[in-house]
Amino acid sequence: MGAQKKRAAAAAAAARVSEDPDDLARQPLQAILLADSFTTKFRPITLERPKVLLPLVNVPMINYTLAWLEAAGVAEVFVFCCAHSKQVIDYLENSEWFSQPNFTVKTIESHNIISAGDALRLIYEQNVIHGDFVLISGDTVSNMSLTQALQEHKERKKKDNNAVMTMIIKKSKPSPITRQSRLGTDELFMAIDPNTKQLLYYEDKADHSKGTICLDKMLLAENPSISLHNDKQDCYIDICSPEVLSLFTDNFDYQHLRRHFVKGLLLDDIMGYKIFTHEIHSSYAARIDNYRSYDIVSKDIIQRWTYPYVPDVKFCGNRATKLERRGMYRALEIEQSRSAQVGSFTVIGYGTKIGSNSKISDSVIGEGCTIGSNVLIEGSYIWDNVIIEDGCELRHVIVCDGVIMKAGAVLKPGVVLSFKVVIGERFVVPAYSKVSLLQQPTVHDSDEELEYADNSSGTVEFSSIQGTADQSNGEMTSESSEAHKPKLGTGGVGYIWSICEGGQEEEWRHSVAPIPEDKLTELSEAMDDDQELVTQDRTALSTSGELISDSNASEGDDNEDSKDDSVYFEKEVEATFLRAVEENVKVDHVILEVNSLRLSYNMTSADCAGAVFYSMMKLAIKTPHSSASELQQNTANIITTWQKLLKSYLLEIDEEIEIILKFEEMCLESAKEFSPLFARILHILYDKDILQEDAILRWADEKEGADESDKVFVRQSEKFIQWLREASEEED
Amino acid sequence: MSLSQLMLGPNVVLCNAASQTYPSCNTFTHALSFFNKIEGSQATARQTAELLRSVISQQRVPYTNQAGALIDAVKAIGEQLIAANPVELAVGNIVRRVLHIIREEDLSLTTAAIGGLNLSAVSDDENDDDRDGDSTLSAAAVAAAARSTLRPPSLQTLLEDTPVSAAVPQTSSSGAADKSSRSRKLKHDVIEAVNELIQDIVTCHEQIAEQAVEHIHQNEVILTLGSSRTVLEFLFAAKEKKRSFRVFVAEGAPRYQGHLLAKELVARGLQTTLITDSAVFAMISRVNMVIVGAHAVMANGGVIAPVGMNLVALAAQKHAVPFVVLAGSHKLCPLYPHNPEVLLNELRSPSELLDFGEFSDCMDFGSGSGSPLLHVVNPAFDYVPPKLVSLFITDAGGHNPSYMYRLIADYYSADDLVVQRRATAGN
Repeated sequence: MGAQKKRAAAAAAAARVSEDPDDLARQPLQAILLADSFTTKFRPITLERPKVLLPLVNVPMINYTLAWLEAAGVAEVFVFCCAHSKQVIDYLENSEWFSQPNFTVKTIESHNIISAGDALRLIYEQNVIHGDFVLISGDTVSNMSLTQALQEHKERKKKDNNAVMTMIIKKSKPSPITRQSRLGTDELFMAIDPNTKQLLYYEDKADHSKGTICLDKMLLAENPSISLHNDKQDCYIDICSPEVLSLFTDNFDYQHLRRHFVKGLLLDDIMGYKIFTHEIHSSYAARIDNYRSYDIVSKDIIQRWTYPYVPDVKFCGNRATKLERRGMYRALEIEQSRSAQVGSFTVIGYGTKIGSNSKISDSVIGEGCTIGSNVLIEGSYIWDNVIIEDGCELRHVIVCDGVIMKAGAVLKPGVVLSFKVVIGERFVVPAYSKVSLLQQPTVHDSDEELEYADNSSGTVEFSSIQGTADQSNGEMTSESSEAHKPKLGTGGVGYIWSICEGGQEEEWRHSVAPIPEDKLTELSEAMDDDQELVTQDRTALSTSGELISDSNASEGDDNEDSKDDSVYFEKEVEATFLRAVEENVKVDHVILEVNSLRLSYNMTSADCAGAVFYSMMKLAIKTPHSSASELQQNTANIITTWQKLLKSYLLEIDEEIEIILKFEEMCLESAKEFSPLFARILHILYDKDILQEDAILRWADEKEGADESDKVFVRQSEKFIQWLREASEEED
Repeated sequence: MSLSQLMLGPNVVLCNAASQTYPSCNTFTHALSFFNKIEGSQATARQTAELLRSVISQQRVPYTNQAGALIDAVKAIGEQLIAANPVELAVGNIVRRVLHIIREEDLSLTTAAIGGLNLSAVSDDENDDDRDGDSTLSAAAVAAAARSTLRPPSLQTLLEDTPVSAAVPQTSSSGAADKSSRSRKLKHDVIEAVNELIQDIVTCHEQIAEQAVEHIHQNEVILTLGSSRTVLEFLFAAKEKKRSFRVFVAEGAPRYQGHLLAKELVARGLQTTLITDSAVFAMISRVNMVIVGAHAVMANGGVIAPVGMNLVALAAQKHAVPFVVLAGSHKLCPLYPHNPEVLLNELRSPSELLDFGEFSDCMDFGSGSGSPLLHVVNPAFDYVPPKLVSLFITDAGGHNPSYMYRLIADYYSADDLVVQRRATAGN
């Protein structure tokens, strides 16, 4: 019996081993979809409707994500709802997603969650995730195939249990001028191991004013090769192992998926968890993070990069739409005047009416809109049931559901009109302003760290506001226009939100409007300044001794000119010397330090001598002095104190000549105070045995043939040289 | 008033019936979404036929006017199917074929009933014949049946549904006992016929391939573009019959399915040469025959085929090389290609042409006017006009382009050409 049992157990074990890969394959793939971005980029619209339900080319964003998940073979999706959770759940319940045979959608609701980290901790507590899962937010559009990435992830996981996450990335060149990606997000730097595709470094908040990124030296020490990319776009699609959830629980301070979690894992070398990347080439993936990416992803959809998730292919209950020439998408039952001009790459929704002589181009018009005559719409996103009366002008704006624009109103680029706003007759809404029926929340802090807290308070606040807004919707007109200075013209309803201090400069970066000309020129000018900034920055770095070695290391991969090198070298030597003077470091130690610098910069001892001498002279000139004689005295003192240092580099006559040349150069350029004292200091140097008479004579000989202007100092020290010559002759 | 009510009546019933009979509309939407993922006309056609078969078998047939109920049910669903994937014409073709089958079955049953009560034993055989071509039934019998039952003149059916409901009580008077068996019989017959249709779709490759030896001769050079299952089987069939010939395969950019075809051909031991699409004109003078597959064959004999086909057809015409199109009968479409490049084309993702990352700087909308300077157009299909086609080979044999209308008349009834319009009017 016992033996039999054992055999059975062994057989079972064997079976388990052999089945293991099958098991992995058979396990239904799960996904966590965060239906809340935990940011406030889409305000004021998101005060009234959750971001995932905002229409993207006339289909709520979440449908793109769900349709993709279904197509990618995900069996079960947990939709995590937080802000406006009721709206999301209602929408999903009425949609077809709840009744798909091989695709389950479940909602998880919570109201007091303020970050993605909290959401994942909550999901961990619910214990619903059993295997690998896809982590995605509900504003992601993609058409990639998960099969390969999933396969890679599983194989890696099998080999190395610490490979917990595979991040999907995509090549996308950042704009050279704005230093931003196409999607308006910050420039992203990633260091990836080219062989294993392991992610080693992730920086999305690179400080542009500083113009540098810092890599840990260990990174270079431990990895034979690293490729540093700034042309990769993070798609915010992650394939995670279940450990990821427990990691979030263990590190309760992880809030942001990237800023805390990814960076946290990369820095933490105790646990040794690894993140890998999978780059997609032909397929599309992008996340809508701000108004600019909303604009760009919309255009990508219209240009069919997201195929088959395009308006004319039915993928989730979108209305039948036909694609006509030049990228015009038209739904059914559109009333369009003969004289209206609808340009290329435009989407027009079901039942929309367009009046005569109106011009529409590069825009998306929702369902049931009424557009009067002589209206100009350019690059705009107009959602459902909007009424635009005659003669309005809209350029690069977002107009939400139920907005009424009275005749002749003008929206400047970058304007966002939230739900049911009314713009008065012939009113001009200034560029980049946001108009909402709701008042701007008073707490508004652009600081990212505070955004989570801000968000939660914002939603609470909002609900109270909305109550009043709903009640007083009718009387709003008079109320708002009286109470607030920025009116919306006669008959206008809504508040213009004031742009907060910090955001002002950023406004154009994230708006739907293209970057204005003047900003572009400004930026390209700033580019040149940046270049200078970089060099300045290096020198700033070197003043603190500790960073020297670090910057040396990073220097390794730069191809600096030798000239630049010598400049740096000089500065570093000077910094070392000054520190030595301040801290009374022993001469021997200074020699050691300078020697190490010399080695790392690959300099000759002549360079060292020059640099040390330069530093000494600089120190002399900086020491307070009232007259030339006092300066001479100072110099003599310094030379006396540090002669050992200087002498240690004066091995041959060449170095001594170098010093003289250096001194000459200083007197001409940086330290003109020395020029009257040239001959005397030369004498001091001779007296202290720093310079031998041979060196001085040779210098004088060399200068013989030079220009008159070059001979100033030779002539100044003519007597001294004469005396030297005679002395040597006497000796002979 | 009463007339309009009558007109509305059946349609309203239809909608209710449809939504009740199927668990919900959702199995459908699932079917629809599934539809987008199927590639290839044959698979789609088969899927459609199977779906419609289940629709018919689940449809509760009312006491009167069973054929009408079936037709309405099939139409209601057919409309959705066609709307779900308007580019795949095979869907519409199969919906129309099924409608035609229902009409034919009903017709043959009524004629049998008119012919005599004891003829019912014979009617089975008749049905079979009926399906295959038309007619053991004499023309006179058909005409009589059409007049008395389901087949009123087509224009009238388009305008109103009344004659159907009016006509049925007459036939139903022939006996209550007979009717229940008849209703079961109609459904049974229809399902049988649809099964046969599915069988036809499945075996169409073999039936086409059987004719290969008649067309491919010893030491010939055959040119084809892209990849088509039908063409593959056709070439294999000739190879198996010990014909030795060479095949030029144009790669079929941007999807490069020609590469796959070349691989498969080589695996079966055929001498294969792979060329670029742009080399077709240069190579055509050495080619004896062009054999290609099609996406759909239109009523005028024009062909909707993978992009690049028109170029091949023009080259073939220039050098007087026969241009042969292979198409299963499910690809025969009773519609005319008005404005084909817009209405019947599919614009696929630009990523098939170029890598998004490499060109992302050309699509930076942030700077400049906001509209991109680079447009990428990637149509999936070409339209080849009938005058460039030398021969069609279908599972029913070889035909001239000008003969297509006749085949279409055999497969489809004129009343069903406008599946969509009538249904939308009803809604």
